[in-house]
Amino acid sequence: MVLKAFFPTCCASADSGLLVGRWVPEQNSAVVLAVVHFPFIPIQVKELLAQVQQASGVGVAVLGTWCHRRQEPEESLGHFLEGLGAIFSHEPWLQLCRERGSKFWSCKATHRQVPTSPSAPGEDQVMLIFYDQRKVLLSQLHPPTALPDHQAGDATASTRGLAAVFDTVARSEALFRSDRFDEGLVRLSHWQSEGVEASILVELAKQASGPVCLLMAYLLSLISAASTCRVFKLWPLSFICSKLSTCEQLRHRLEQLTFIFSTQKAENASQLMRKANMLVSVLLDVALGLTLLSWLHGKDRIGQLADALVPVADWVAEELQHLLQWLMGAPAGLKMNRALDQVLGRFFLYHIHLWISYIHLMSPFIERILWHMGLSACLGLTVALSILSDIIALLTFHIYCFYVYGARLYCLKICGLSSLWRLFRGKKWNVLRQRVDSCSYDLDQLFIGTLLFTILVFLLPTTALYYLVFTLLRLLVVTVQGLIHLLVDLVNSLPLYALGLRLCRPYRLSAGVKFQVLEHEAGRPLRLLMQINPLPYNRVVHTYRLPSCGCHPKHSWGSLCRKLFFGELIYPWRQRGDKQD
Amino acid sequence: MRARERPRAGGWGWRAAAALGPRGACPPAMEDELSFSDIYGGRLALQRRHYSPSCREFCLSCPRLSLRSLTAVTCSVWLAAYGLFTLCENSMILSAAIFITLIGLLGYLHFVKIDQETLLIIDSLGIQMTSTYASGKESTTFIEMGKVKDVIINEAIYMQKVIYYLCILLNDPMEPNGISQVVPVFQSAKPRLDCLIEVYRSCQEILAHGKATSTSP
Repeated sequence: MVLKAFFPTCCASADSGLLVGRWVPEQNSAVVLAVVHFPFIPIQVKELLAQVQQASGVGVAVLGTWCHRRQEPEESLGHFLEGLGAIFSHEPWLQLCRERGSKFWSCKATHRQVPTSPSAPGEDQVMLIFYDQRKVLLSQLHPPTALPDHQAGDATASTRGLAAVFDTVARSEALFRSDRFDEGLVRLSHWQSEGVEASILVELAKQASGPVCLLMAYLLSLISAASTCRVFKLWPLSFICSKLSTCEQLRHRLEQLTFIFSTQKAENASQLMRKANMLVSVLLDVALGLTLLSWLHGKDRIGQLADALVPVADWVAEELQHLLQWLMGAPAGLKMNRALDQVLGRFFLYHIHLWISYIHLMSPFIERILWHMGLSACLGLTVALSILSDIIALLTFHIYCFYVYGARLYCLKICGLSSLWRLFRGKKWNVLRQRVDSCSYDLDQLFIGTLLFTILVFLLPTTALYYLVFTLLRLLVVTVQGLIHLLVDLVNSLPLYALGLRLCRPYRLSAGVKFQVLEHEAGRPLRLLMQINPLPYNRVVHTYRLPSCGCHPKHSWGSLCRKLFFGELIYPWRQRGDKQD
Repeated sequence: MRARERPRAGGWGWRAAAALGPRGACPPAMEDELSFSDIYGGRLALQRRHYSPSCREFCLSCPRLSLRSLTAVTCSVWLAAYGLFTLCENSMILSAAIFITLIGLLGYLHFVKIDQETLLIIDSLGIQMTSTYASGKESTTFIEMGKVKDVIINEAIYMQKVIYYLCILLNDPMEPNGISQVVPVFQSAKPRLDCLIEVYRSCQEILAHGKATSTSP
């Protein structure tokens, strides 16, 4: 089988020395991690490798020799390199050589033991695969492979295929700590040999994060203790709080902030990404909220809004009155039952009159209330949008009431009709057996039943029309509220940090690898360049989405239509934690 | 010195460009180009590169975006916009039509129109499929050799035709003889059977070579 040698691109220009890395026998591949330069003492090299193996659990060993001939070919170096094979025994022994000014390398892999294949006695064909060590170190494969063992010794059983290469490089950080400027005994060449990379801002943030986390955790624990006090458990407040989406959103944000500022360190990479995503989402939310706040409070827009609110509510009520007048006449040419029509119409008109009086009562306080609610935008755009949704719900409360009245009336009628229809056919609903049974009725039972059935059937169009009209209005309001909730959900659950990482550092989130065949000369080993294939954007969003409030419609379209037909009440935006109806 | 190739039955013609290595016992690194047709009759060009006995690349170039269809679509969109403009007297419709045409063309070139499809098969590493879009974007998928069970030519009913397509069968880790997934290759080029046979033969050579060398230690 062809022997695959994974060689880091940073070592391609290094001086001659020993190749240090890990041998993966199942795939017949050698992952080169660093190059040890001359002069070195073999004992010290062996000690260093043993230390690295202890610290990281990766079976690092000397794999072979690397020869970079800058000047005229040195015969002595060649013999010296071959002699090293005797000191560091490794099966198979790799010999890579690069000529001066030539792009093509020569590779040899020799086996010490007696070979059994007749074709290549003691030698294997070698394929060179170049990889960028820094990118492979920082990259994270999706889907993640099984968790590697952290015990000493190789953990080859869990990682298969190319994931083994990623795993080896990622766990060999101990080897990359020594750089060229260290006063160590052994000189290594790897991606950090020019000096360990670090960023001042990141280091400062790390130092500052400890006390900041403690302070924020303390404040948040105070707030959550205040919110769980007994006052909020009493009946009116708890009922209102469960219905308002603002409270739900505030609770969600509090949970997220508690998670971000918890003093425990993140256990694995996915938890770290979650924390980062949540933090960026909260920061963006607050930034957008502050923008909205500055826009609202400039040029007296709050005053304009408050001035416009009462006329709008008046206009809505007037339009509803017109609608009811139309229904009380002959709507769309249909002939209604006059008496029932008048009763229902007058009942709803009185309701609207009550509502208008209530709005006019509130109108002096509207501007103050709006001003204070506008301040809440500094908590975030999502909170402001939730408040808007709640205001819409409160302003259209009368439409909700009409819908409930119409639906209950219609539901009652349908129940009565179905039961009397069964009586008409001589059947009955058996509650014990939960099925329809035949039944013999008395004459007077049949007479009254038929009479009631006829009355209900002839009153059906009127009730059905009122129900239809108010259901449509209610669905309109629900659609508007739903759109606002969708927007809030989007801001809540979009993983912005992961998307930003995918945009700016695509190698960090990888879906796999891709190979490119480099210039090839016949007779030379095949050279490939291995690059990271970044994760596509839709998979980034799918993998790293944050859990949202969970206010999604629980019904399918079919069950929704069924509920509408039978007049059952629909609650499309069930809050999380509520009992099912 | 040029290497000669026998003309293949079913192909329209051939053009060979071979680069030889140093004279002697080394095998040449070959590259040649053949012409085939796809299932609709459009012209395809298959470029084969033979890097080594264990590494081959097949590059299939699809027919380019034709000027005729582009002109037809643009004219129809602009005629419809002009018709709406005479009805509504709003000049925003015309600018919107221009905007839509431009965005639509860019989106089509970047997300839909595939110019080239490449199959790179490296023994003991895996199979890589690359699609190059008309705007230059490349989308790559790599399947490791451990997951590949076999490469076969399969039949399928596509609209009103029965077509042949090349696909890669993936192993099922649970069941030793089962297949977990079928990955079709050259999905947008859709070449005919003669082209598929060429690619199939080369792939089977490499897979057989891989199996032969892996059994011997």
